[in-house]
Amino acid sequence: MSTTLVHGGPGNAVSDALTMIGRSIRLSRRNVDTLIMAIVLPLLLMTLYVYVFGGAINTGTEYINYVVPGILLLCTGYGAASTAMSVTYDMTSGMIDRLRSLPIRSGAVLTGHVVASVARNAMSTTVVLAAALAMGFRPVAGAGDWLLVAGLLLGYVLALSWLAAGLGVLARTVESASAFSFVMLFIPYLSSAFVPTDTMPAVLRPISEHQPITPVIETVRGLLTGTPIGDSGWLAVLWTAALLAASVTFAITTYIRRTTH
Amino acid sequence: MIVEAVGLRKSFGSQVVLDGVDLQVAEGTVFALLGPNGAGKTTTVRILTTLAHPDGGSATVAGYDVVRQPAKVRAAISLTGQTVAVDDDQTGRENLVMLGRLMHLSRPRARQRAAELLDRFDLVDAMDRRVRTYSGGMRRRLDLAMSLVATPRVIFLDEPTTGLDPSSRTTMWDAINELVRTGTTIVLTTQYLEEADRLADRIVLLDHGRIVADGTADALKEQVGGDRLDLRFGTADDLARAASRLGPGALPDTEQLLLQLPSDGSAKQLHVVLDELRDAGIEVARVSSHRPTLDDVFLTLTEHR
Repeated sequence: MSTTLVHGGPGNAVSDALTMIGRSIRLSRRNVDTLIMAIVLPLLLMTLYVYVFGGAINTGTEYINYVVPGILLLCTGYGAASTAMSVTYDMTSGMIDRLRSLPIRSGAVLTGHVVASVARNAMSTTVVLAAALAMGFRPVAGAGDWLLVAGLLLGYVLALSWLAAGLGVLARTVESASAFSFVMLFIPYLSSAFVPTDTMPAVLRPISEHQPITPVIETVRGLLTGTPIGDSGWLAVLWTAALLAASVTFAITTYIRRTTH
Repeated sequence: MIVEAVGLRKSFGSQVVLDGVDLQVAEGTVFALLGPNGAGKTTTVRILTTLAHPDGGSATVAGYDVVRQPAKVRAAISLTGQTVAVDDDQTGRENLVMLGRLMHLSRPRARQRAAELLDRFDLVDAMDRRVRTYSGGMRRRLDLAMSLVATPRVIFLDEPTTGLDPSSRTTMWDAINELVRTGTTIVLTTQYLEEADRLADRIVLLDHGRIVADGTADALKEQVGGDRLDLRFGTADDLARAASRLGPGALPDTEQLLLQLPSDGSAKQLHVVLDELRDAGIEVARVSSHRPTLDDVFLTLTEHR
């Protein structure tokens, strides 16, 4: 054969990752279910909370100002659910064998899904935030606060996406991947996302006060609407960093275990 | 030898899948792993393509060890698995360009290569449609095209035509023959004897993780006996007379009025036999010459195990 191709070494890791990211973004843009999960559902939920439940919930402020940070974090759960499902789809279809038989870094497959997940989430968060402003959300944050919020949310979404990717690798079927992710959708309800934790029964209060989402929500709420942040700030950063480290480790070790026979 | 395996063993739990498999594939040939479901064909391919580790034995592909130098092996091969591995929500062209990029072609080169392959596999009309809308045959063709993006030295095809209609199967065969002409080595698995017979230079028959036969299609057929001449008669009387006339080698079947003769496959023998029967006034209703098929080989070699 006249054409001989030379495959590059580690210098291609970035280009491999970019190709895989492009693929995942293209696929999620074309998947109607994913788009609905990522945008329509959070919008519906926000409408539901603000206009249906909001009137009956007393948080001491305009409910929309209280609930928007919670909705933003809830969105990430939905985004993560579809990430887990698309990872499982790759793992269970012939695609993973094709990708693994290529001379690319094995991490590129998961990186592609995770970055696409973060991008999807960033988009849906922006849409939800715009809708919130239209519905009467009045943040008092300055430019610096917004940057901090963006940074914290990105870190949190990144951690959750890696967790979802790991769960996606672990799941044997696409259906069970979506069931795994249900947990991620449920956890925000047991936090200060929708109601102050001191209104919960004594059994639930310690759980909801000390689970990782509560400090993240309190921090985002504080930065956006000026409520006191206190210890939540560094707790949020700590939790997010720990969650990120644990999720990446979990996803990669699970991937290696699943693909080594 | 471009592919060489010695004593490959693999078990999943207590189930032995490969029980000492030796293979040798010469460069530029088509090598078929033939066997029923569960014989160990796919596991062999997965080991040779670095997707699975053997429990014992060793293998090299293009001179590289599949366990110790997987990256080198991957750069020299391509794999088309049993299930079509293409993205349904990308177009045919996008799938091919993506593969080109992952094989580290430059962007323009990846686009150019995609265009060549789309043309060669008759997918130009459909190239900007999502794969979701393709027929089964088109998906298989795209799948094969994906394996060829980087002109690999060895192509592994795991049951390339399973589930295809006859006309798509012929198209696949043509595509595979085309590859052989360009000098690519092909290792394929199949459960279709006709496919192995038609494509392969050399066939290994695998059963329960062991090699039960190894050779060219013709050599395998020889193993179960040579050619046969079938003579059919109109009456039992003709059959009996012909049988006594043609001597002890002839096997009469009185129910079907059939006489089976061992044959060397030559036209001369046919003449001699027919002349002799005519001279004796025996009328032959039908004559057919029978070569053992790979089906015969397959059944003979696997049934008593």
